[in-house]
Amino acid sequence: MSAVPTEVLPGSARALDGPVVGPAELAPPARLWPSLAAVYRAQLSRARVARIPLLFVATFQSVGIMIMMRGVVDGEGEAQAVVAGSSVVVVAFVALNLLAQYFGQLRATGGLDHYATLPVPPAAVVLGAAGAYASFTVPGTLVTAVFGCVLFGLPLTNLWILLAVIPLAGAALSGLGAAFGLLAPRPELATLLGQLGMSAALLLGVLPPERMPEIVRFARDLLPSTYGVEAYARTFSASPEWAMVAGDLAVCAGVGVISLAAATWAYRRAAVR
Amino acid sequence: MSTRAAQAFRDSGEVVCAVRGLTKTYPAVRARRGAPGTPEVRATDDVRLEVRRGEIFGLLGPNGAGKSTLVRQLTGLMRPDRGSVEILGHDIVRHPERASRLLAYLGQESTALDELTVSLAAETTGRLRGLDVRRARAERDAVLDELGLTEIAGRPLKKLSGGQRRLACVAAALVGERPLLVLDEPTAAMDPVARRAVWSAVDRRRGERGTTVVLVTHNVIEAETVLDRVAVLDRGRVIACDSPSGLKERVAGEVRVELVWRERAPLDVPEVAALRDRAVESGRRWTLRLAPDEARAVVSTVTGGAAFAALDDFTLATPSLEDVYMALGGAAEQGLVKA
Repeated sequence: MSAVPTEVLPGSARALDGPVVGPAELAPPARLWPSLAAVYRAQLSRARVARIPLLFVATFQSVGIMIMMRGVVDGEGEAQAVVAGSSVVVVAFVALNLLAQYFGQLRATGGLDHYATLPVPPAAVVLGAAGAYASFTVPGTLVTAVFGCVLFGLPLTNLWILLAVIPLAGAALSGLGAAFGLLAPRPELATLLGQLGMSAALLLGVLPPERMPEIVRFARDLLPSTYGVEAYARTFSASPEWAMVAGDLAVCAGVGVISLAAATWAYRRAAVR
Repeated sequence: MSTRAAQAFRDSGEVVCAVRGLTKTYPAVRARRGAPGTPEVRATDDVRLEVRRGEIFGLLGPNGAGKSTLVRQLTGLMRPDRGSVEILGHDIVRHPERASRLLAYLGQESTALDELTVSLAAETTGRLRGLDVRRARAERDAVLDELGLTEIAGRPLKKLSGGQRRLACVAAALVGERPLLVLDEPTAAMDPVARRAVWSAVDRRRGERGTTVVLVTHNVIEAETVLDRVAVLDRGRVIACDSPSGLKERVAGEVRVELVWRERAPLDVPEVAALRDRAVESGRRWTLRLAPDEARAVVSTVTGGAAFAALDDFTLATPSLEDVYMALGGAAEQGLVKA
């Protein structure tokens, strides 16, 4: 790896200031996919140490919300909105809020230096962490959805759609979370942004939209988690409009691509100051 | 500390890292509610250094002297305002991204690795340094074994003591060979066994591959034992650069006398009262830097007569790097950490 031409080793002529040698060969950089897999695996393993915040808190919160809403909800449409909203809030809590906090913390404490001094593509760090955080939401989202369906007497037939909703809404929200964390000048601001994003997803996602004023409904349409909620809520009906479901998921995917690209840019910016 | 092979690499005189005119100024921060403002700080001020292949080159200085800023500029983490950094022929100011392919860096913080197990921290770092899975695992096992970490390989860094955690970070830095290691206080909080493991691992790489080390430290004793050359930093400037023994020769004419009084100094003894102006007082302890003749006179004064009754302990020592730092006009009143 060290590329010292043999002629500079002992016995060679020495200049006063030390000989100047041609540039050494650079070590090969880490390639995108292997390093993404390595970051993903390392991040995933953190669930063993930080099990409670990463896996349980969001689920308890969503289950609690559904139990509270049990008394208020009337009609099947509203029940569907509540169950779908509560399930996606798990994704918002972990992928958006906790990831924003994680990157905010990492940036503030100098933890980013570790990655910045390794020849790893920025996208691998961001996507690996985002992927892991999206994965943390899988058990919680499924548990919430099943619990909600049982609680409100909704069908479990199309539960599989969550296997598409979680990664796509996860991509969109974790991209936002990572960007918040990496752009916020102070970790408290990263936490605040993450919390606000999560609260928005909670209020605008869980409450049935029919009761909202026009302006709030507009805000709801701007929120990427809404499309995950809608996609899941549509599948409760006896004959779901699959084209609409696909459309909602495509919005999630599009926002995911944009927000993850923004997060990668934010990482580059945060890593070298 | 050095092997013959490492000596041969050093003798080649090849410059691995050349720093010229490096300057970085942190802008003044205006006072905000609850936070006082800070004036403009020149963290590195026209720093010029040359680190040669195979040597352990130290950056020594008190807190805030600019050591970490300098290291961040060497590793491409921070852009200087002016000056150049050349590592193995590559311009790091213009191409900071190349630094990661030339050097391994051990920073002071371990937050990126804290929640990983020792084993996964080392393996992941190796993979991100460009190794494939098989090589990363093989190197991980070798390094953990070399540093005596195999037994705690399955434990998360967070659950380890400070010294063990630091050692695990050193392990991560050593997986995936690099010709230059930049280590920011690698042995902080380590016990002597761990320290020895670190230095023998570093020395082995030096002997076998001519690995060069840039070491940030404020531990004077470690600096004297492991460093080949040392740059003393003070307020962003390099105030001296030489081998530890070369630096000590500059103050060879001085002896350090430390006097520890039982309760207080017997100022009623005129000879003791006369010394007071020249002593650095810290509680019951007086530290004096004197010419050998003067030191002899002081010792005979305090070991006889009235002064002796008030004396608890005294030491006479040849100068250390700390004395060099003080003699060179180091600004920090507390001097360097001696641990």
